[in-house]
Amino acid sequence: MRVREEGPADLSGATGLSAQEIAARVRGGELSALGVIEEHLARIERWEPSVHAFNLVMADEARERAAAIDALVEGGADPGPLAGVPVALKDLLCTRGAPTTCSSRILEGWRPPYDATVVKRLASAGAVIVGKTNMDEFAMGSSTEHSATGPTRNPHDLGRVPGGSSGGSAAAVAAGFAPLALGSDTGGSVRQPAALCGVVGVKPTYGLVSRYGLIAFASSLDQVGPFARSVADAAAALDAISGHDPADSTSLPGPHESAASRLGRGVDGLRVGVIAELAGAEGIAPDVARALEGAAEALSSAGAKVEEISVPSVTYGLSAYYMIAPAEASSNLARYDGVRYGLRMPGQDVTEMYMATRSAGFGPEVKRRVMLGTYALSAGYYEAFYGKAQKVRTLIIRDFEQAYRTFDVLLSPTAPTTAFALGAKTADPLTMYMNDVCTIPSNLAGHPAISVPFGTGDDGLPVGAQVLAPALGEPLMFQVAEVLEQAAKGQAK
Amino acid sequence: MTVAGWETVVGLEVHCELRTRTKLFCGCPNSFGDEPNTNVCPVCLGLPGSLPVLNRRAVEFALRIGAALNCRTQRSVFHRKNYFYPDMPKDYQISQYDVPINVGGWLELPSGKRIGIVRAHIEEDTGKTTHVGGGGRIHEAGYSLVDYNRAGVPLVEIVSAPDMRSPEEAREYVEELRGALVATGASDGKMEEGSLRVDCNVSVRPAGSSELGTRCEIKNLNSLRSLGRAIAYEAERQSRALEEGRQVAQETRHWDESAGVTFSMRSKEEAFDYRYFPEPDLVTLDPPAEWLAEARANLGTLPVERRRRVAEAARVPTSGEVVATVVRLGLDSYVEEASFAGADAGLALRRLANEVAGELDGGAFRLGGAEFARLVLMEQNGELTSAQARTVLKVMVREGGQPEEVAAKLGFQAMGAGALQEVVDQVVAANPKEWERYAAGDDKLAGFFIGKVKAATGGNADLRAASELLRQRRAGKAAAGS
Repeated sequence: MRVREEGPADLSGATGLSAQEIAARVRGGELSALGVIEEHLARIERWEPSVHAFNLVMADEARERAAAIDALVEGGADPGPLAGVPVALKDLLCTRGAPTTCSSRILEGWRPPYDATVVKRLASAGAVIVGKTNMDEFAMGSSTEHSATGPTRNPHDLGRVPGGSSGGSAAAVAAGFAPLALGSDTGGSVRQPAALCGVVGVKPTYGLVSRYGLIAFASSLDQVGPFARSVADAAAALDAISGHDPADSTSLPGPHESAASRLGRGVDGLRVGVIAELAGAEGIAPDVARALEGAAEALSSAGAKVEEISVPSVTYGLSAYYMIAPAEASSNLARYDGVRYGLRMPGQDVTEMYMATRSAGFGPEVKRRVMLGTYALSAGYYEAFYGKAQKVRTLIIRDFEQAYRTFDVLLSPTAPTTAFALGAKTADPLTMYMNDVCTIPSNLAGHPAISVPFGTGDDGLPVGAQVLAPALGEPLMFQVAEVLEQAAKGQAK
Repeated sequence: MTVAGWETVVGLEVHCELRTRTKLFCGCPNSFGDEPNTNVCPVCLGLPGSLPVLNRRAVEFALRIGAALNCRTQRSVFHRKNYFYPDMPKDYQISQYDVPINVGGWLELPSGKRIGIVRAHIEEDTGKTTHVGGGGRIHEAGYSLVDYNRAGVPLVEIVSAPDMRSPEEAREYVEELRGALVATGASDGKMEEGSLRVDCNVSVRPAGSSELGTRCEIKNLNSLRSLGRAIAYEAERQSRALEEGRQVAQETRHWDESAGVTFSMRSKEEAFDYRYFPEPDLVTLDPPAEWLAEARANLGTLPVERRRRVAEAARVPTSGEVVATVVRLGLDSYVEEASFAGADAGLALRRLANEVAGELDGGAFRLGGAEFARLVLMEQNGELTSAQARTVLKVMVREGGQPEEVAAKLGFQAMGAGALQEVVDQVVAANPKEWERYAAGDDKLAGFFIGKVKAATGGNADLRAASELLRQRRAGKAAAGS
């Protein structure tokens, strides 16, 4: 066994309590929410300087909120299913009065006058917001290195990236800064950092969770999703934030079955398809491939029928995604023009002001994608690029439909490799983009997927296995993920 | 107007603000003239993270407009139209592009001509920018003020086919469209408040040609008058250019009201690439069949239908100018009331189009429908002469009142039949030569005698009754002589 020094990923000094245990004890009056938050704040104080998971730690607000929850409990009221649970929010979820930056200079000084719907739902479930987490600027990246506030480091190895774009949220959960965090997943931005940080990460069905107050990257792909250290906690978090929101026109009408409704049922008799094109994709590292084989075997020995399945169109997913997402982003990010809020640089006239503001406010990766997207939508190119990408999207949906006629869920790696070294891929955008090859198809199809830690790579760092399910198949997805989680624990012993 | 030998071709784009209580995608009040930037929220300010939710009422109004314009209504899609401008909070406008809600209709003008409607789609309005200094244009301004109260106000843009052939016809179209929009309840029709805004495409072509020439789009048309003047100016400018062997450049031109000219704003080479793509924050708009049925039921009475009713009551052709005037001025209910009271609707129509229309200057208007009907009956029954009736009517328009009382106050009383007979007898006796000729069948002399009767009675005689008496007298003479 490898001996390591105490580090941020070593949770032996932390509460060790899951979100659900905290909530149960706070609701039962056995544990004070204030005590819970103090313990987490202490851990943040100890390790945050090395990890840099947060753009903003909201210590005072969190203490106030925790005290209010304790008062509720004392008064005999029930603060809700996440009573006293510290939650970290990716810094693109709007929080009333608190800076929300998307890790970009362009939003310097802006404080949203409203809370995102998911933030309101967390509050009404009794959660305590502990801070806003670092991310790749406007969620564009897979390493949390493209941030105006500097990179977040992987709690398992501070020389490595946590993945991205929700790297701060993944690192916060892995480092015990909070048992739960929210991120956003447009092409893998929850699942890939979850895999690299050894935590659970969920991309829900498109429309299951409200996007109101989630600052848009690519509207047709963005979904808010939870990070947790257990599958059951992730399901509880998803249940707290999901449901119809009249403020989001793409929100699905409810009610929906609880994501936790099938936990504990095992996988006996379920049919699991291993996606051949992703399991064997170019760039999947041998240690990741081995871990996936282990996951397939674990499900098989738990009674599932596991077979390989071909989903041919997923190989076009990456190309289609890098047309659609930048196209939508080029339009979504137009509003950051210096006229109404955020950064404004001086200029002789309005055009100069626009150019100076956007040149100074956006980092190179955002500029690259805005240019890509602007080009893809230009007159004369629309059909060849955006139009064709949308057709690929239709094909992927069709291929998945075909696969789900034979299989209940599908399985693939989450990310091609374990966490890589800081700076290793920043010089070559294409290599960086390859990180999302396994996660993108679910976003294009609008389907749910979850990353569960399963095994380690040759470097001893976590590997994630991805379970994919059809639209609104979350209960089934969590059911299978839980079996993988248990098997992984058994292997680690 | 055009140089001889050239034909003017006009197509119009009319932006109509919908009279909804709230904006198109948020709950902010849709109201004109409030303090700047008071009717705003995260959605209509385009704040990060905000999302649009479509206003159902706006869809209902759009459906009514589609029905009023005889359009086909379809399942439709919203697109983003991308361009940078400070009064556009998101730097894109949510509009409809290749799949609009209403397509392929027409609007029938009072002349009976049908103008094609290409489409009538839903979109959001922008804010309002005031450029301070530098002649009011953005690049020369010292600074600019932006009011976002109008940002997100619902609009329906109505695009006509290039079916109009003169400034007058373009004005007629806008007036007719305005009447239809007001009738549906979708618009208040106030051009001066900008709730109806007109952009105009003008081209010219050799008379008789069926091909379209190169067009220019004219903006900043704030009234029907500027619309007419701008088209006339532009048609002359273009036809002169072509006549002189020059070309017309496809461009957007600005109408300068005080100078009475158009000038170039931007040419096609500098035209924006709007990079339209489907708005991912909204779903396909597929109104249920009940909404469409409801829209048709709540359509209101359109001007074309009102003209039909008036013409039918008065037994005159629908396309007549008098009918159009009365309907345009909203006086058609008076025709209907007069007709219902048993009065001569044709006479009522003439009195409205001439006397009443002539008195409409925005001042007091106190004419009651039942009173008007009685006045027409009094004239028709000979209780008042035409001249008297006209005078009484003008007083009633200004001051209201009952026709009998107004007539009495003015000392009007139509001459009794006996008294009139006496006057006719006197006039005939005083002019025996003329009578001989009239009696021999020279009808031209009728006017001579009527003139004499009018002079003798100081205008108080019912002249129609007088000519009837003349005719009877001649007929009696003929009968007696045989």
